[in-house]
Amino acid sequence: MIRGGLNCLLKLALVGVWLPIAARADGARGIPQHLGDTGLYVAGSLSQVNSDVLPFSPQYPLWSDGAAKRRWIWLPPGTSIDASRPDAWEFPIGTRLWKEFAHGRALETRYLERAADGNWRFGSYVWNADGSDAVLAPAAGLRDLPAPLSMTRESRDSPGERYTIPSENDCRACHEGAPVAVLGFSALQLSPDRDPLAPHAERLAGSVDLRQLAARGLLRNLPQEFLTHPPRIAAANPAERAALGYLHGNCGNCHNDEGPLAVLDMTLAQRVAAPAPGAVLRSIVGVQSQFVPAGAPADAARIAPGHLAASVIAARMSSRDPLEQMPPLGTAAVDREALALVARWIEGLPVHSSSN
Amino acid sequence: MQSLKMLVRIAFVVAASFARAAEPPAPAPNHGQSEGVTRGKYLVDTSGCHDCHTPFKMTETGPARDMERMLSGHPEQLELPPAPPANGPWLVSMAGTGTAFAGPWGTSFAANLTGDKDTGLGKWTSRTFIDTIRTGRHLGRGREILPPMPIPVYKNFTDQDLTAIFAYLQSIPAVKNKVPVPRPPVAAAAAANTAAGS
Repeated sequence: MIRGGLNCLLKLALVGVWLPIAARADGARGIPQHLGDTGLYVAGSLSQVNSDVLPFSPQYPLWSDGAAKRRWIWLPPGTSIDASRPDAWEFPIGTRLWKEFAHGRALETRYLERAADGNWRFGSYVWNADGSDAVLAPAAGLRDLPAPLSMTRESRDSPGERYTIPSENDCRACHEGAPVAVLGFSALQLSPDRDPLAPHAERLAGSVDLRQLAARGLLRNLPQEFLTHPPRIAAANPAERAALGYLHGNCGNCHNDEGPLAVLDMTLAQRVAAPAPGAVLRSIVGVQSQFVPAGAPADAARIAPGHLAASVIAARMSSRDPLEQMPPLGTAAVDREALALVARWIEGLPVHSSSN
Repeated sequence: MQSLKMLVRIAFVVAASFARAAEPPAPAPNHGQSEGVTRGKYLVDTSGCHDCHTPFKMTETGPARDMERMLSGHPEQLELPPAPPANGPWLVSMAGTGTAFAGPWGTSFAANLTGDKDTGLGKWTSRTFIDTIRTGRHLGRGREILPPMPIPVYKNFTDQDLTAIFAYLQSIPAVKNKVPVPRPPVAAAAAANTAAGS
């Protein structure tokens, strides 16, 4: 009963009740109230992207319940990215990034802007049904929006068939777990040596890669070897390369050895600068999991070589129980293609392999 | 009948502890501890942290807090059967230790807040602690922290207060106690398993 009433309220909100409220209330967040004012599109248009806004396509994208995604970046004229730390690029003040999520039609466009004080500002713009406007969502996000039909077809196991706009805190949970807040725009993600087995890695037309960025003068201090030998994950076989890449793109934002979750002694983030060979594998293969799902043995491993059912990482990837699922936010549907890839990799690991 | 008496005693003790929290507390004496630790102890003692994170034990004079397990959360040795179903207006159950709770969210167990490196907060930093309380997510970015943890109240602490609380928690005796992971509500667990297996 309560849930029904809540859903009804949210449906009312969707048809426009909340829009003027949000437009008035969120001015303190320091970003425009309408997507049309963020500089993504030509003035007066909500479809024609500005010519100085560059599309890009990470090779290991984040799974978002099957949403089709488009991404863009804009750098202020005359500025460039300092790539002297290849795993933590320094973006100039004023940098803007956008990511559009669509299921049949655009639903939301997330926005990231580096403010004058050096901090990053986060927002998400919610599209109306006819695509004539996209308005900044409340900082608390929006839960349980009715999912569009195309989404329910693609993600039939999505509990409640809902669509969620993340809160600003949820944005920060992922984006501030890594050394730099910009995710998916890095030397490895933009490497022209793209992984052919990476799931959901459709490339947006005209996307810039590492070499093109360097040629345009948008990267400075990039070590020359990254252009002659583009970054590539070292792996025993193609399935391992793609599986590690998927874990990098979907988990490494939080599970790395520099951010707040370094206390877990588990890194899924790949390094391209002075990589420690096998660092990721050593932290997961044959290593006892601190979290033990219900019904699993107390000594269950993060990755149990050759034994999918005993691998906690795979178990948590395949769960959408909110107490157990990984990632813990931003998804309500299991990524079956990725799960199959990770399963293939785990089952192919030699049983004697472990961290020690 | 005996268990009813015990519940009544526990309820009395819990109610008394909340009542004490409402009174103006005397500042804790400073025994050479840093100002932050002293402030942290004061905040922990007056904000109800012991109510859930220090287990009760039965003594000859009735239930009392087990201070040898101070702030170490639900005792790992105490394995609990499935919680009774939540029916009608009575939706929440509490274990006699005061450290495990069942409701529409599932079953939650109070965390080990001591500085034990393997089972407590020994590897955390003050940033981890602040992020956790601010976001209401485990480690600041994981699953949501469950009731009855009063995140909506505690997230209003200042960074300075949260830093002080963390400093105090790191200063108390570390207790090795691996608290169980939370259990989902029965209906949700069945739905998740069905989805994962489809």
